[in-house]
Amino acid sequence: MATARGKSLLGRFGVHLAVLVFVIIWTIPTLGILVSSLRDKDQIIASGWWNSFSSSTQTEAGRLPAPESQVEKDGKFVIEGNIFGDAPAREVSAFGLRSAAPTQYAVGETADLGDGVTLQVNADGSFVLASPVAFEGTRGQRIYFASSAPPRFTTENYETVLFSEGIGRSFINSLTVTVPATIIPIMIAAFAAYALAWMRFPGRALIIATIIGLLVVPLQMTLIPLLQLYNGVALFFGVPSKTYLGIWLAHTGFGLPFAIYLLRSYMAGLPKELMESARIDGASDFEIFLKIVLPLSFPVLASFAIFQFLWVWNDLLVAMVFLKTDASELVLTAKLNALLGSRGGDWEILTTSAFVTILVPLAVFFSLQRYFVRGLLAGSVKGG
Amino acid sequence: MAAQIFSAIITIIIGVGGAIAYFWGANKLLDLIFPSRGVTGMAAVNNLRRQGLIRPWLFIGPALLILVVYLIYPVIQTLYLSFHDRAGENFVGLANYSWAFGDREFRNSIFNNILWLAVVPAACTFLGLVIAVLTDKIWWGTIAKSLIFLPLAISFVGASVIWKFIYEYRGDGQVQIGLLNAIVQWLGGSPQVWISLPFWNNFFLMVILIWIQTGFAMVILSAALRGIPEETIEAAVIDGANPFQIFWRIMVPQIWGTIAVVWTTITILVLKVFDIVLTMTNGQWNSQVLANLMFDWMFRGGGDFGRGATIAIIIMIAVLPIMIWNIRQANKEGGH
Repeated sequence: MATARGKSLLGRFGVHLAVLVFVIIWTIPTLGILVSSLRDKDQIIASGWWNSFSSSTQTEAGRLPAPESQVEKDGKFVIEGNIFGDAPAREVSAFGLRSAAPTQYAVGETADLGDGVTLQVNADGSFVLASPVAFEGTRGQRIYFASSAPPRFTTENYETVLFSEGIGRSFINSLTVTVPATIIPIMIAAFAAYALAWMRFPGRALIIATIIGLLVVPLQMTLIPLLQLYNGVALFFGVPSKTYLGIWLAHTGFGLPFAIYLLRSYMAGLPKELMESARIDGASDFEIFLKIVLPLSFPVLASFAIFQFLWVWNDLLVAMVFLKTDASELVLTAKLNALLGSRGGDWEILTTSAFVTILVPLAVFFSLQRYFVRGLLAGSVKGG
Repeated sequence: MAAQIFSAIITIIIGVGGAIAYFWGANKLLDLIFPSRGVTGMAAVNNLRRQGLIRPWLFIGPALLILVVYLIYPVIQTLYLSFHDRAGENFVGLANYSWAFGDREFRNSIFNNILWLAVVPAACTFLGLVIAVLTDKIWWGTIAKSLIFLPLAISFVGASVIWKFIYEYRGDGQVQIGLLNAIVQWLGGSPQVWISLPFWNNFFLMVILIWIQTGFAMVILSAALRGIPEETIEAAVIDGANPFQIFWRIMVPQIWGTIAVVWTTITILVLKVFDIVLTMTNGQWNSQVLANLMFDWMFRGGGDFGRGATIAIIIMIAVLPIMIWNIRQANKEGGH
């Protein structure tokens, strides 16, 4: 008995440990870009984000002031100052005079530059360059130094991406695409689902079968003809081929089979007596739909809304085909994709932009998780 | 900025308002033309009957119109285009299909897609199942599940940036800012440019999809696990079964149907995966897949619609049987 309990204790500890490992693996990637997006942009490339709470060491190059600032002191010509100039001082650990050996001398040490010229750099960045003869020329001495900066966290990256990199604009564009592309299909699907569930008309069974059949159509099948169609319509009417209206309708089309399928099966399950008594009271189908069916269908409408909202917000393919690639219509996902190409190594831009793009889905996720899970359970059959 | 927000709001109002105006207006119009109130006798009966004939079509009309334009017509047209040349003008028979199977890049895509199909659904389902079982046993399981589920809300592009940062490469001996190379260097290895290693880069891209989709598998399987009757497990415990036997012999067989649905759902997703490959490698270094190849041909050199359509048809053929099976299964589980 004792051994069995020991085993289960060990087993239970193992379960906790295993889950912890999974949680860490699954959260670390997102944590990485969150932390990086808040770091100083020079520190991002100087050290890994997991070291962001310790000082980062970086090697820099600079130039000492030009000979014109020299003063004569005790028979020597001296240039004094701080290698950081007016910028905030950091702690210098070593310096050097050649790029091949940027940390040749420790701070406080006196470097010999030949011909009696000496250079001393202190930890606070102050330096003394001294020479027995006057310095000549117009350019200052080249210097390399390693400095460590205390960890610095900032929201500058967010200001940069939102206001000068165009992420703010793309954020608005994403909303302009996503909000109508969520509401329009809900309305159209809700009316259609009600008709298919509760109204009698010829061809109803055929329409239901067709809609279920359309669930299987992959998005890729529709892109080329729709692109052609849009170009044709644009040419014929002399309007632009890539418009917000175009992408709303496209997203509506791709979301409709799933929406109708989902809403119809829910509405068909509502109690029949409700509709019949309302009809006896003289209510038209339009009134029954608005006043009885729609309020009762709220949970399923919410599930679909969240599902569709996230789907449209996170979509790249449809946006790349049906929207312009200039600032006026570039949505967040497409903008992020463009930044990956143009700002490939600028991690302060990329991590911050990525975090801005996932902010809305994360907010939706945390606030409406219950509906999200339900939509997901139902959404496993979505074709798009 | 303010002007942009304002114009965005106007655009949204026009879009949503238009849809509302249609449904409200069309129904009001019907009531006006064939009034059922305020008239008596045969007129009221006739008008009600006419309303009953027309109203369903007002309700379902927009949906039908959009479905025809955005799904039915394109499917037929894509099939048509796949037998035609790049501009869709001249009939070329099966030339596009024979081109595809002779094309090196296409065959590479097929190979990679098979690789993805072999790894991703299995990995997601397995990891999702293990996590679902483990988290059911501990008090902070709900929090753990939320955190593992979270990547599902992130777009493929966002996830690609997240993982590109992890795979970031700096030369040997330099400070690594990519987590993977930092670990490799810490262990004494030399850093690699992970996403340009032919063949192996496929797996580094797959990790992204597995990271996203495991949460999906976990949530659905977790719901299924909770549906297993307690007695079957208790009986097994009394019979002296160990945890592994309980898992494999008692639990897994009872949720087999759900496992299959999760597996096939992820399989369909894998066949259509596009964003991850586009943003990580754009098919370079032998990492091309069908969906990205199709997108590529849509625009490559001004666009070759014949070849693009052909690749779309091939994706459709691959997805179709799994999708049909999946919908049937879902209908069976839903009890419809």
